[in-house]
Amino acid sequence: MIRKSHSRGRGVLAAAAVAAVAAVAPASAQETMRLGVVTFVTGAAAGPFGIPARNAAELLIEAINAGKVPEPYAAKGIGGAAVEMILVDEAGTTTQVVQEYRNLVERRNADAVVGYISSGSCLAVTPVAEELKKLTVFFDCGTPRVFEEAARSYVFRTASHATMDGVGAARYVVEKLPDVKSYGGINQNYAWGQDSWRDFNLAMQALKPGIKVTTEQFPKLFQGQFSAEISALLLSGSDVVHSSFWNGDLESFVVQQSARALHTKSRLVLTAGETAMFRLGAKMPDGVVIGARGPFGVLARKTPLNDWFRQAYHDRFNVPATYPSYHMAHAILGLKAAADKAAAAAGKRPTTEQIAKAFEYLEFEGVGTKVRMAIGKGHQAITETAYGTYKFDKSTGEPTLVDITHYPAECVNPPDGVDSVEWIKSGMKGAKC
Amino acid sequence: MDRTILGLLAILAAFLAGSLLLPSWAVSLATVALAKALVILGLLVLLRAGLVPFGQALFFALGAYGAGMALREAGSGDVVAGLFAGTAAAASAAVLLGFLMARYREIFFAMLSLAFSMLLYGLLVKNAALGGTDGFNVPAPTFLGWAPSPATARRVLLAVAAALAIGCHAAIHVYLRSTMGRLATAIRDNEIRVEYLGASVQRAIHVKFAIAGTLAGMGGVLTAFSAGHIDPGMSYWTASGEFVFVTVMGGAGSVLAPIAGSFLFEIVRTYAVEYAPQAWQAVVGAVLLVIILVLPGGLWSLFQRRRGTQPP
Repeated sequence: MIRKSHSRGRGVLAAAAVAAVAAVAPASAQETMRLGVVTFVTGAAAGPFGIPARNAAELLIEAINAGKVPEPYAAKGIGGAAVEMILVDEAGTTTQVVQEYRNLVERRNADAVVGYISSGSCLAVTPVAEELKKLTVFFDCGTPRVFEEAARSYVFRTASHATMDGVGAARYVVEKLPDVKSYGGINQNYAWGQDSWRDFNLAMQALKPGIKVTTEQFPKLFQGQFSAEISALLLSGSDVVHSSFWNGDLESFVVQQSARALHTKSRLVLTAGETAMFRLGAKMPDGVVIGARGPFGVLARKTPLNDWFRQAYHDRFNVPATYPSYHMAHAILGLKAAADKAAAAAGKRPTTEQIAKAFEYLEFEGVGTKVRMAIGKGHQAITETAYGTYKFDKSTGEPTLVDITHYPAECVNPPDGVDSVEWIKSGMKGAKC
Repeated sequence: MDRTILGLLAILAAFLAGSLLLPSWAVSLATVALAKALVILGLLVLLRAGLVPFGQALFFALGAYGAGMALREAGSGDVVAGLFAGTAAAASAAVLLGFLMARYREIFFAMLSLAFSMLLYGLLVKNAALGGTDGFNVPAPTFLGWAPSPATARRVLLAVAAALAIGCHAAIHVYLRSTMGRLATAIRDNEIRVEYLGASVQRAIHVKFAIAGTLAGMGGVLTAFSAGHIDPGMSYWTASGEFVFVTVMGGAGSVLAPIAGSFLFEIVRTYAVEYAPQAWQAVVGAVLLVIILVLPGGLWSLFQRRRGTQPP
């Protein structure tokens, strides 16, 4: 109830902003905003992350130009300007990612850039974006280092960083399995897998001090064949097995472990499981804990905006929207909210600096939930998160999540200015659940 | 002065002018292309002796990490200090590994070098202090205490890279025409005869391996400064593969070939990404295929044909 009246109040505000933008619209009607969209369109990360993100970008940009997005985003364009999308592949070496960013900004004259799935890309692009003073919104990458290593002026991230995923998963496990005595993990041997395990591990130790860690498996990325690791996990007798697997590794692991019934001995927790559940369908065993790096996809809050997005996405691409689509939608809507606010304040098309100013500490309505740019000096978003338990509905043939629990943003994200690892180690001091 | 040296001087002049005149995206593209040309120049030295390492990225990454770690410790972004630290790290590794590598040939040489580069990759991936696979930032470049604006620094970096790269290319050109350099072809053709002539094949290959490693390290440092970021991907086998790819594309005919090959590769890739965002790898691959089919001696054979074949 409170949520509803709140959003109505915001609707009025947004309508006022829309009116202000509409007043200046004729002057800027022909103007376009060149928006660089960088995501994996080739390679291993394209299927589960890159393509859903690109699809969401295409869908939203067309709808924004046509003024078809529901309130509070019904005004046409971003900051009054029609949007032209420039798609760039994120695949390649980091040197190439940086060079392509420069090409995008300096040669192809992008006015703003939305993108980046790999944390390595985000870390490498950040100093260049600051150097070129170009508004850059990261939509999906996970590492907290981007805003914890230095304060940023032109770089924003509209998704919570990866700390939330580990802390949320640990809270869900402790809540649903109060007598959990031991846990193990299987994560890919690279930064995302290592950081995901570190955060989950620290959070479990903070919530249940002294709980036993059985085994830490780190197979290499894209190994695809996990018989040795599954043997180790079976022998470890863990109550819970944590994994941040994605892509082919995730699907292979789920199928291979099913054959050996690991899931009947240990509760599996798949923090990025949502990207694979529709493809796996009945092959994913019931009872697996599934996360979506936020309240996205089937975990999303039911709002008119979400209903529209899910429907429009499904109609156009014939698959359900998964969390990378939501992350992309949040980045574009966040940029629009900031630019529209800046345009209303400036009375004309806003400058990059004006948009960046309006973006800091902004609160905006996302597709799955509300987003607040609350930490990293107003450049890093926090959102609530949700976890659920997998249940394959045999009658409809649809994968579903049951037993869904939402955790408020302050419960699973560190406060502003606090290093995320230190925060978990401190027992998540100041968390409001 | 011979024509190659004159050509190199003309290229240097063009780059120095370019460092002032080029649009800024092309400045960083040119810096990276020159840095990679250094690595490919080293591969050319080995290729002349019939050796193809599939792990040259080892030295490329060692140069970058050597510079990055030294600068991070010192809290500075000095290009000169970075070049010394990174090149020294790569050179000493190349000299040490050379004792082993000089005893192997052909596929064994290729695979052993690949193994060493993947060993470094494995170590870097597990190292949380160096950011694991995410890597870490290199400070903005400064020059012996002079810290210009970022845009100017990029241009100065290109000038430094051009002077270094062209200097190295000229030095290698002289080396290839020396007795030691010419020995390469003889080694490729018949090692036993070379030994009977009184030269040590193993020592010659050791020297070439050390030269190639040093050049790759220097290229790694320049790439690190240009990109502003270092990650273990720099030592991954795909990076080594790309160097071999461009070496083959350029050809081994002249020291001008690495520069031509490296530039063509960067430019083809840049425009392929722009015009075929979802199929750029296929475009790049097709270009290499066409070059190999039409010009089996690499790009360089275009120039040789016109001038008539003559020894480099």
